[in-house]
Amino acid sequence: MTPPDAEKVVIVGAGPAGIRAAELLVKAGIKPVVIDEGLKGGGQIYRRPPQGFTRPPKQLYGSEASKAVALHTAFDRMVAAGEIDYHPQSSVLATAGNLLQALTPAGRKDFTYDRLILATGAMDRLAPIPGWQAPGVYSLGATQIALKAQGVALGEKIVLAGSGPLLTLVATQLLKAGADIAAVLDTSSLRDQMAGLPGMLARPGLVLRGLLMRAKLGRLYHAGVKLDRVENDERGPLAMHWRDARARAQRTACDMVGLGWHLRAETQLAGLAGCTFDYDQSWSQWLPRTDRMGRAAERLYLAGDGLRILGADGAEVAGRLAATACLADMGLPIPDATRDLRRLDRLERFARGMARAFPWPRDAVRAVPNETVVCRCEGVTAGQLRESVSFGGAEANRVKSLARVGMGRCQGRFCQIAGAELIADKAGIEVCDAGRLREQAPVRPLPISSWVRDA
Amino acid sequence: MTADLQPSRQAGRIVRLAEKGRPQVRFRLDGVDCQALSGDTVLTAVLVSAPAVRQSEFGPEKRAGFCLMGACQDCWLWSEDGGRLRACSTLIADGMQLRTAPPEGWQ
Repeated sequence: MTPPDAEKVVIVGAGPAGIRAAELLVKAGIKPVVIDEGLKGGGQIYRRPPQGFTRPPKQLYGSEASKAVALHTAFDRMVAAGEIDYHPQSSVLATAGNLLQALTPAGRKDFTYDRLILATGAMDRLAPIPGWQAPGVYSLGATQIALKAQGVALGEKIVLAGSGPLLTLVATQLLKAGADIAAVLDTSSLRDQMAGLPGMLARPGLVLRGLLMRAKLGRLYHAGVKLDRVENDERGPLAMHWRDARARAQRTACDMVGLGWHLRAETQLAGLAGCTFDYDQSWSQWLPRTDRMGRAAERLYLAGDGLRILGADGAEVAGRLAATACLADMGLPIPDATRDLRRLDRLERFARGMARAFPWPRDAVRAVPNETVVCRCEGVTAGQLRESVSFGGAEANRVKSLARVGMGRCQGRFCQIAGAELIADKAGIEVCDAGRLREQAPVRPLPISSWVRDA
Repeated sequence: MTADLQPSRQAGRIVRLAEKGRPQVRFRLDGVDCQALSGDTVLTAVLVSAPAVRQSEFGPEKRAGFCLMGACQDCWLWSEDGGRLRACSTLIADGMQLRTAPPEGWQ
């Protein structure tokens, strides 16, 4: 096991990236600390239901079942063997120096580290549409989690809308489970999708699988739509109003809406830990800067969708690479990374093709009516945001101070990207010049009682 | 599932599709006895019987959760003793006493 003078490595996140990173460190004789918010290791896409659920992996993860099982098995084995110091249901809320402050089921706990691997994953990337603040409107990721981890649908008649691989996947999974889907509305046009195809052919098998799923959706699926609004009463959605590719107005009755435009990297801890960020045009968001292995700064490594949105397969590769870099920097023997680096190139070509095929709906966001809620947390509208730009300056942190977009409990996770788009549009500047919201600890709200310590 | 054009408007919004045979759990929501299944999150359990978990402080609408992965903070509600919990990342337990609004005298 770990010799007493060994450096202490902490991994945040036990999804595909964190698990593979931990595995490599364990092989090198290190016992890493693994801190994860989940009930069980696996992350979001390979999330496991709580105790007492019995659906087999094939039913939960479909074609990815063997990968999910391999990851879960590898992780559970390390936990059982005491090879990792595992802290489930624990959120790292702040970091400074070599300290992580976390909220665990037993209360506040501090962790020190010599080297830190952040594998914090991603969440849905959301664009505002009128009415999306109503109860019964969820993210696509939420729609999938409800099915996978709880065996439920979040409504009786479902409209899924947005763009990206999750749209088709969630629709297919819900249909298979017996849910009633009224429409699958893709804001990406067939022309966009064709433009992304050459890059996506870096993984022809996945493209084929996607097309087969799409075919199964049949007439439920519509490409190139514009989403006008969610019609709600006080209980929630009554219908989605949209226009089809030929600009004809449509109304689809529903009582639940799932929205999402691909993913947004979860980078709050990376920011607090001192990462530099670059605006990535193809992903339409700020992403941390690292070398190919995932080195972000001295003793700081990133892996998985919190670094580059390559999905679960890419996260496994990136997790191994980050751990390899960590081992190399500790002067320990390292495995040959050539194959993983080659894989990473291919996965990145695919991902950029996909980003092009299912783009962020830039023009639609810029055109939202003034009364549209942009910040779901505090109900701040596009009109209030635009007004603050005109008298406060076109910068995300200024707009946050003045209009409170990004000030709410989600800390900008669901409004930051759309907010920057609206700032850029109003001020006539590039989105990357609208700035990036500074991270603030704690990165999740917490009960004060859990944090205050007796003197 | 109904195939009607207009969905029926029941009390809750959850439709159970699988694993319905889990043991029952009893809890109270706003003083009313409710039932859920062991392994349900508090969010699932509440939304079986109610359309929302709380009232938005900043708008006229109610809220019923949004991301289900602990990121959006939309689904915080109250327990009867005034404590707060995030419904999507907490499992329901027998005897829980939950509220969709702050308890009396809670500021």
